[in-house]
Amino acid sequence: MIKRLFLLALALFCAGLSGCSDPRSHAQAVYVLIDTSGTYAQEAAKAQVIVNYLLGTLQPGDSLAVARVESRSFSEKDIVAKATFDRRPSQANAQKRAFRDTTDGFLKNVKQSRYTDITGGLLQGAEFLNETGAGTKTIVVFSDMQEEIDKITVRNIPMNLKRIRVVAVNVVKLKTDNIDPRRYFGRLEAWQKRVVAAGASEWRVINDLERLDAIFSRS
Amino acid sequence: MTTTQFWMLWPDSPALSVFVLAVVAMVFLYAARKPMHELLRAVGALIGGPLRLGARWMITTADQMKERNKAVLLAHGRQETGQRIEREFERLGAVVRRDLQGYPTLQRKLLDEITRIEEDYRKCGEVPPPPPDWVEAVTAMANVKTGGSEMVQRILEEIKSSIAKIHDKAINEYRRSYESRHKILEGFMPFWRSVDRNMTEVNKKLGDLQESAKGVDVLMAKYESINAKTDKAEHALTVSAFTQFAIALLVMAVAAGGAFINFKLIALPMSEMVGAGDYLTASLRTSEVAALVIIFVEASMGLFLMEALRITHLFPRIATLNDSMRRRMMWIALVLLVTLAGVEAALALMRDMLIADKQALLQSLATVQQAAATDGWVGRIPTAGQMLLGFILPFALAFIAIPLESLIHSSRTVGGVLLAALVSTLALVLRVLANIARRMSRVLITLYDVVIVLPLVVEHMAKAGMAMRRSPVDADDSAHQAR
Repeated sequence: MIKRLFLLALALFCAGLSGCSDPRSHAQAVYVLIDTSGTYAQEAAKAQVIVNYLLGTLQPGDSLAVARVESRSFSEKDIVAKATFDRRPSQANAQKRAFRDTTDGFLKNVKQSRYTDITGGLLQGAEFLNETGAGTKTIVVFSDMQEEIDKITVRNIPMNLKRIRVVAVNVVKLKTDNIDPRRYFGRLEAWQKRVVAAGASEWRVINDLERLDAIFSRS
Repeated sequence: MTTTQFWMLWPDSPALSVFVLAVVAMVFLYAARKPMHELLRAVGALIGGPLRLGARWMITTADQMKERNKAVLLAHGRQETGQRIEREFERLGAVVRRDLQGYPTLQRKLLDEITRIEEDYRKCGEVPPPPPDWVEAVTAMANVKTGGSEMVQRILEEIKSSIAKIHDKAINEYRRSYESRHKILEGFMPFWRSVDRNMTEVNKKLGDLQESAKGVDVLMAKYESINAKTDKAEHALTVSAFTQFAIALLVMAVAAGGAFINFKLIALPMSEMVGAGDYLTASLRTSEVAALVIIFVEASMGLFLMEALRITHLFPRIATLNDSMRRRMMWIALVLLVTLAGVEAALALMRDMLIADKQALLQSLATVQQAAATDGWVGRIPTAGQMLLGFILPFALAFIAIPLESLIHSSRTVGGVLLAALVSTLALVLRVLANIARRMSRVLITLYDVVIVLPLVVEHMAKAGMAMRRSPVDADDSAHQAR
């Protein structure tokens, strides 16, 4: 009788221990979109700084993907590199080294695209991030946020960016923005409205890459 | 009329309105004086009564707690002092066995030496042989008158020279005899020294024994005073418990610092074993919990080791185990502790490797390349230090059992005393509040009378007038009765 009671207590204790674990995911997932269209392709080298920063910041168990923004970006083929880092720190470090080599190779030989399909990239990014099941999901858009789509591509569709924050990085001013700054602010405002309407948890613009800490530091 | 003037009977003359209202209020308040007084008294009693009751209950509870604390404290003190006396007697027994076991041998040695000294002394006391019998014949010959005879003269000279020779011989023999006696006396010296040494040793041992006996006497006096349940004994035990509690707390704080360092050493490498991405709570990683578990297991093993060594007595079941089982348990705990210490040393090494790997990665990711760190023997000192710490800290943590036991034992006394003091303070507060409530009701009654002072003055005057009118009538009545 005592033995049975002991076994029952042991089972309850084990069940309690397993029930103790926090079911929420504490992992981060980041999807970096790199604009390769027109003159912005020259800025691509700066994207390596962001990728390196993310590789240094993300922890084992986090996910990272780097994709290019092309004429039509809603495709897995545009993902240059992706990885969910191993839970063991040593393996995660090895994965990060391989990831850096891959993105380095891509950014050194960027091919310019005719159009800029940011919406397609956002849709692809949202899909990737939702698949990871991470607790914190972020899309980093490395672009001037000037979208140009050909006539047959349909992008005026509703997006689903629920619980995803979108950070526009290095949004350089175009020549026309310099003539009329309202175009620049209007462009950013339009994107903000669109992203917030799509259910994004946050919209931010960061032009100084030193301020990335505020976004990716863990609370 | 504004809303603030609604109470005015004559809005144009507020003073008149106030006066009339005051007079009316005074009349009503005077009419309600008795019931209002009773009401205020009742409210005072209503608030003060339960508070006094509560205070009384708390005082009783505090007294009971003090009694219980005293009983527990004295029982604990009795047990502790009893154990100390037992240990002191064991020590005394060991000293007696060690020192007095060789006492018969020592005594025999001393007796032998004394016997030998006595024999030597007797030898020293032997007088030289007496002069030979012919000395009297010579004396008789010396008394013979020569009468100028040459032959007699010559015979006497012959006798004289013979006697001088014999005298010299006797003197020489006498000197030789004294010389040999001096030699015997000289031979005494080592024996005297040995006797002196032995006697000093015996004296020292007896002195030690006396000191130990004095210690036992002190403990026995303490035990007797505890048995007599004196206040002095209770006070001494309480002070001792507070001191023990403070010291144990201090040592535990130091041990907690050691445990924290230990935790920092193994938390990172544990993520290599159980993964870095799992969380038990929002901010508590599974790897950190695993590291904590390892530290607690080490502390537990230390606890069992100390129990098995009979240094601590937290688990009566372990204390009552037979010797062979206890020894087996001690070895198991020691082996597990050594294994865990080895694991920790390995984890400390792994931590260093992981940090180095992370640093290398960050360096390769940095835009500005930093100078590489020196990789000589100096660079390996922190690694060796970490490994050493990882190996030593589990053993240091094992000793946490001793202050833990002190803390647990003394916390009963300290907690009891503090709780009794808290209950006593609460009782005092309740008593003060009850008194304030009662006094407040009296103050309010007086204040009420102050408000209706005019009707009271009128009442007083009316009563005085009635009394004056009644007094002549009363005087007439009394005179009539007297007649």
